[in-house]
Amino acid sequence: MLRLGLKRNLKLGFKNLARHLTRSILTMLGIVFGVAAVVAMLAIGEGASYESQERIKSLGSQNIIIKSVQPPEETKARPPSHGIASAIYGLTYADAERMQATLPGIDVVMPIRETRQDIWNRDRKIDGLVRAAVPWYLQVTGQRLHGGRFISHVDMHARAAVCVIGSAVKRKLFPYENPLGRIIKIGKDYYRVVGVMQPILSGAGEAGLVTDNNAEVYIPFTTARARFGKTILKVSAGSFEAETVELHLIFVKVTDMERVLPLAEMIETLLARYHPRRDYEIIIPLKLLEEIRRSARMFSIVLGMIAAISLLVGGIGIMNIMLANVTERTREIGIRRALGAGKRDITIQFLSETVVLSVVGGVLGLGLGVTLPLLIALFTGLKVLFTAWSLLLSFGISAAVGLVFGIYPAWRAANLDPIQALRHV
Amino acid sequence: MSLIKLDHISKTYVLGDGDVEVPALQGVDLTVNTGEYAAIMGASGSGKSTLLNILGCLDRPTGGQYFLDSQNVATLDDNRLSRIRCRQLGFIFQSYNLIPQLSVVENIEVPLFYQGQSERRCRERAVALAERVGLSQRLFHKPNQLSGGQQQRVAIARALCNDPLVILADEPTGNLDSATGKEILALLDELNRAGTTLLMVTHDDHVAQRARRVIRLRDGRIASDHFN
Repeated sequence: MLRLGLKRNLKLGFKNLARHLTRSILTMLGIVFGVAAVVAMLAIGEGASYESQERIKSLGSQNIIIKSVQPPEETKARPPSHGIASAIYGLTYADAERMQATLPGIDVVMPIRETRQDIWNRDRKIDGLVRAAVPWYLQVTGQRLHGGRFISHVDMHARAAVCVIGSAVKRKLFPYENPLGRIIKIGKDYYRVVGVMQPILSGAGEAGLVTDNNAEVYIPFTTARARFGKTILKVSAGSFEAETVELHLIFVKVTDMERVLPLAEMIETLLARYHPRRDYEIIIPLKLLEEIRRSARMFSIVLGMIAAISLLVGGIGIMNIMLANVTERTREIGIRRALGAGKRDITIQFLSETVVLSVVGGVLGLGLGVTLPLLIALFTGLKVLFTAWSLLLSFGISAAVGLVFGIYPAWRAANLDPIQALRHV
Repeated sequence: MSLIKLDHISKTYVLGDGDVEVPALQGVDLTVNTGEYAAIMGASGSGKSTLLNILGCLDRPTGGQYFLDSQNVATLDDNRLSRIRCRQLGFIFQSYNLIPQLSVVENIEVPLFYQGQSERRCRERAVALAERVGLSQRLFHKPNQLSGGQQQRVAIARALCNDPLVILADEPTGNLDSATGKEILALLDELNRAGTTLLMVTHDDHVAQRARRVIRLRDGRIASDHFN
């Protein structure tokens, strides 16, 4: 009597649910949407956090980036020299050398200089960022070449007029041609294109190093030093503006990840001594990564809570219907009890109905929860990421909801007095 | 050895907050042997339903002992009582009490289902019993597609399916017209002749006359007990 097959009970459950198909489907909807919400929200949340983590990772988690910033009080407040306001601030070669010489655990110190210039290929023009780079730039930043080569030591030595262009520059200047070997004009000088960079995910700009639009041109550091002086003169809208910045960025690659944070503090101490105006900013991708992970976790928790609430509501819906079901079928319960069903049999019967409801709802919800984000991803380009645990979790939760919210109605059904139940009309 | 032996069975219902006690049975002694066909009669309120519930292991007496097949069932827990109902008792109700969503054979199978018998054996037995009560043409009909008499036949087949020690019938003809009622009674006679023990509650003298023994209850006590 108590060894009732699970299969038979599930069959009975299906049968009973099929009798009230509309009602069963409506009941199930709560669970369907609950599970779909959990799956979809987790997929979108995971996707978002994965994407931003990848962006930060592309900056290198072993790196420390020091950036020159114009101190706010200095903005155009200096007395004009030769009639042109010139702001002098920022990192210097001496800073880079000091770091290299005095701080332990540094793998590479990589100075970068950048200027904004118009870049021309015949009549096509783009406003690009010219970055003076060293041959090991790629290894340090983790950026990749799309084609051609990067700046070499020979280029450095010869102060060669070569450049490597970003993907946006290629798109704009060479929409139909292969740019390799072609000559472009940067500012007043001509350079030969030797390489094209792979596009970088947008948004990495928040870390300060990589600009969003891939409109960058890399030239040998030595060439830049020879061709553009310390002072960068900009003519914009009829007014002159000059800034004297030796280095825009210093990239410090640390030998191992654990040393990143202590080393950042040392750099801070070191720089503070020579830069009382705080015309620099230290960016630590590792820290950003951790922050993003933390906020992603928070995001997941919040989404999870919202989804859990909808599951809870679904569960309560199921319980409500099952209670109505028990009342409606009181007489049937009485008959079954009189004919020999134990309390356990009745419990199992009603519980399996609830579980069938919630598991079927869970499966449908899973389907919906997978389809919906994929559609969203298809139309908006949003990144979604399904993890096995999120699918299992939401399915498990739906089954658990069925069990938990089924227990009370089933208990009520089982504990009806058979005599009273038989008399029930 | 007697099949059923009631030893000073009493049942008191407690109403409200325990202030009012209503005695339904006050010391019933009764012995029923295998193969008997007994009618239990009495006015409403005489305690015959209570007695039938206790005999059917649906209810427990508040006093006394009840031996069914020499096992004292008065003190068993709910689970054990369910098992006894499942394996040793058959029920026929006034209002048939078929499960509306199940077909004829499925209704007959229910007690076997709770015995945990295989689906195939349940089905074979149910079909055989449906044929025995004359419903071989109606195997897959739902109860609401059957007449009252046919429904009661299904109920009888269901009561028989576990080969019960005794069949307890509660006014089996109460909802039927007299012609159909006679058919049902004829079927019960036939079962009894084949060896089934029958205990039937009725308030109809004509029905009771067909039984070989008539037990009359009054105010929770056996007023008379005689053989026809």
